[in-house]
Amino acid sequence: MSMLTRFGNDLYTGARSFDFVGRRVLWYLVGAGLVLAAIVITTLRGGFVFGIEFRGGSEFRVSNPSAVVEQVATDTVNELVGAGSNPRVSIVGGDSIRVQTEQLTTEETELLRAELATDYDVPVNEVTSSFIGATWGQDITVQALRALAVFLVLVSLVMAAYFRTWKMSLAAMTALIHDLAITAGVYGVLGFEITPAAVIGFLTILGYSLYDTVVVFDKVRENTSEDGEESARTFAESVNLAVNQTLVRSINTSVVAVLPVAGILFIGSLLLGAGTLRDIALALFIGIIAGTYSTIFIAAPMYVHLRENEPEAKKQGRRREQVQRPASGAVR
Amino acid sequence: MARSSIVRSASRALVWLGVIFAILIGGNALAVVNEEGSWTPKLALDLQGGTQIILEPRLAEGQSVSEEQLAQAVAIIRQRVDASGVAEAEVTTQGGQNIVVSIPGEPDQATLERIRSSAKLEFRPVLVTDIAVFDPAAEPVEVPEDAEEGAIEPANASDLAWITPQLDAEYQNLNCMVLDTSGANVADPTKPLVTCSADGGFKYILGPVEVGGESISDATAGLIPGPTGVSTNEWGVFIEFDATGTEQFRDVTERLIALPGVQNQFAIVLDGRVISAPRTLAAITDGRPQISGSFTQESAQVLGDQLKFGALPIGFQVQSSETITATLGLSQLQSGLIAGLIGLILVVVYSLFQYRLLGLVTVFSLTVAFVLSYFVITYLSNAQGYRLSLAGVAGLIVAIGITADSFIVFFERIRDELRDGRTLESSIQAAWKRAFRTILASDAVSFIAAVVLYVLAVGNVRGFAFTLGVTTVVDLIIVALFTHPLIQLLGRTRFFASGHRLSGLDPKALGAVYRGRAKFRDSDEVSAIAKSKSGREAKRRQSIAERKAQEDAGMTSGGAQ
Repeated sequence: MSMLTRFGNDLYTGARSFDFVGRRVLWYLVGAGLVLAAIVITTLRGGFVFGIEFRGGSEFRVSNPSAVVEQVATDTVNELVGAGSNPRVSIVGGDSIRVQTEQLTTEETELLRAELATDYDVPVNEVTSSFIGATWGQDITVQALRALAVFLVLVSLVMAAYFRTWKMSLAAMTALIHDLAITAGVYGVLGFEITPAAVIGFLTILGYSLYDTVVVFDKVRENTSEDGEESARTFAESVNLAVNQTLVRSINTSVVAVLPVAGILFIGSLLLGAGTLRDIALALFIGIIAGTYSTIFIAAPMYVHLRENEPEAKKQGRRREQVQRPASGAVR
Repeated sequence: MARSSIVRSASRALVWLGVIFAILIGGNALAVVNEEGSWTPKLALDLQGGTQIILEPRLAEGQSVSEEQLAQAVAIIRQRVDASGVAEAEVTTQGGQNIVVSIPGEPDQATLERIRSSAKLEFRPVLVTDIAVFDPAAEPVEVPEDAEEGAIEPANASDLAWITPQLDAEYQNLNCMVLDTSGANVADPTKPLVTCSADGGFKYILGPVEVGGESISDATAGLIPGPTGVSTNEWGVFIEFDATGTEQFRDVTERLIALPGVQNQFAIVLDGRVISAPRTLAAITDGRPQISGSFTQESAQVLGDQLKFGALPIGFQVQSSETITATLGLSQLQSGLIAGLIGLILVVVYSLFQYRLLGLVTVFSLTVAFVLSYFVITYLSNAQGYRLSLAGVAGLIVAIGITADSFIVFFERIRDELRDGRTLESSIQAAWKRAFRTILASDAVSFIAAVVLYVLAVGNVRGFAFTLGVTTVVDLIIVALFTHPLIQLLGRTRFFASGHRLSGLDPKALGAVYRGRAKFRDSDEVSAIAKSKSGREAKRRQSIAERKAQEDAGMTSGGAQ
């Protein structure tokens, strides 16, 4: 049997246990530190860099080029505007090239027009330019944020109803914010462009993070409710045991979820360079890891934090003290 | 559960899965035979390209478009396009006055109409109407000079005093064949309007606007019920007004009932043309009028959508409509799929390493899940106009993780039950009960996300939500109707039941502790107190008292609060 199986056995019985709950102050500090770093560094860098889908940009159209190929335009723009500018090039109507770039200044526009004309072997007046608006406009953002707010409220209510306590909802939401902040932070810190693909990646993470938390919390609920007042374990110990018992699941799931994403991120990026796939895979890669981490190190400890001073929870584990007393005495 | 009943329930589940597959494949085959369906999903704009339609505002002389008007028009057009399916269209502005709509595939006339027409709806009372006959030979009626000041002020919108000599001349000269409604959007709602019916058969002088389209809170298409309440074959649009609209509409209809002749008619004006002018038979007090007027099912639905999302602030005409190639192209898709495949192979290797032969169940289940997803997406692509974008492909690849998680949760549960000393069969049964609950709860969260985002969001987000919803449902179906019955059946084979070393379900390797005749130690009891980090096997075999003594001696690793 593999090491992980034995590891799993020990975690299940409690023979081996990681103290996730007890050292929570440390985990809180780590989490808060990461989130803070994400915010501060992103702010210092001047905020997020949004793609042309959000900001709009410049559009060029080359009519009747000598060769109707897209690559020429991509190379020209990369050369002139800088590599990684990621222009969107497509063929319109079968006989002209449409090039969309970030917003260029008047001089840059004229320069690029001339350059495109030379490269496609057409007179300059066959290359027209105009400004285009955002395809991902304000209205999409506003609608998406509204939908998100409704979703979070709804899920909080559903979780509160399912687990019979709003404290689990609160803990799960905190972990979620942590994950989103860190995932978005990676984009902010590295200065990667935020494209619609990246936003879709963030949304996927939102679902994954909550999903992962619900799986672990379901075990927590089971342990804590089965233990009840009669338990020899304190409330914190019950939760910690649940997290340990699902640890192998958490590791296996995140490995299985991350492997295909890593495939896209590392192999796909090597094959293709920057692009939609890298944008979405990066968000997912960071998010899945953060989502698994935060369930264990933030959501569960926070739940204990919220619950352990309740009179009900306090009763748990008292029995052990009573049992223990004679054990330490002489009577045996 | 008796052995035979396990087999029966497992086979029943597998049969259901077969039924689901049969329905999907059958439905798909039907679409392929009947219409232009296909066995592969349609691809979205980013992967396949489509048509780029440039819309140019129809402006009167000296008029210009403001930025807000343009932004508003973009939002409305996007909603209209979205309402026709999950096509992930791209709508943007160009040069500060045009609107560029890129949609996958070839748009038909109805789609163009849906996008372009401004859908400005007005309710105006009819003042004069007549059959439109235009005689090109006839001398045009001379338009009189400005009317003398101090003409009688009209008392209400139905007052015939609105008809000035100029208006009458305009009416007399009207040629319904060449009626240009480009001015309809800018027609002053407080002034009367001279116009024709949509088919050009009648001409009208209408009073000022009584109720405007902005008071509409909802609009749906449906069959119009006849007088007996049985629905007729006539399609119409059912409108629901907000509070203001309801009140205005009641006031108007109450006034019109009393009026004689054509003044009793109420014209419903769409983009400057009268689509119908019904007689007012009763006062409508509930704010839910219906519009009829030679609709087909499709045109009624289009108008319903248009009214719901509001009128465009300006009219547009199609400047150009051209094919456009994909911005990403199939090379991106291929590389993505290759990369995803490599990732998938790694998943297979990892599962086999982790779960031995049980890992094969994961691999099989994932394969079936993939095939099922493929058919669902193809089916929805044919039936709902769903288009697969690169973001959608990425969503499907992530779904591998979430789907595999369901199996992992289930397997780990079985192992937990085995560790507690149960037999394999009862372990599977107990594990399923608990694991399924967990899977349901976590999938519910994903599903809520999918539904909320689908209903409330627009554009790309909607396409994403659709993919998420599909994969979540597929996950549930596969784990309940494939993985679970498969495990149930495998659990009865000697290989698994005897806990073969390679089965991945070897009780000994899982540390189930035998405690005497057919009784295993209750591991809960053990785990309750064992918090020590040092020593594993030895520790577990300690008596509870020994362990406590040790804890008291300060060897606890913490965790006790």
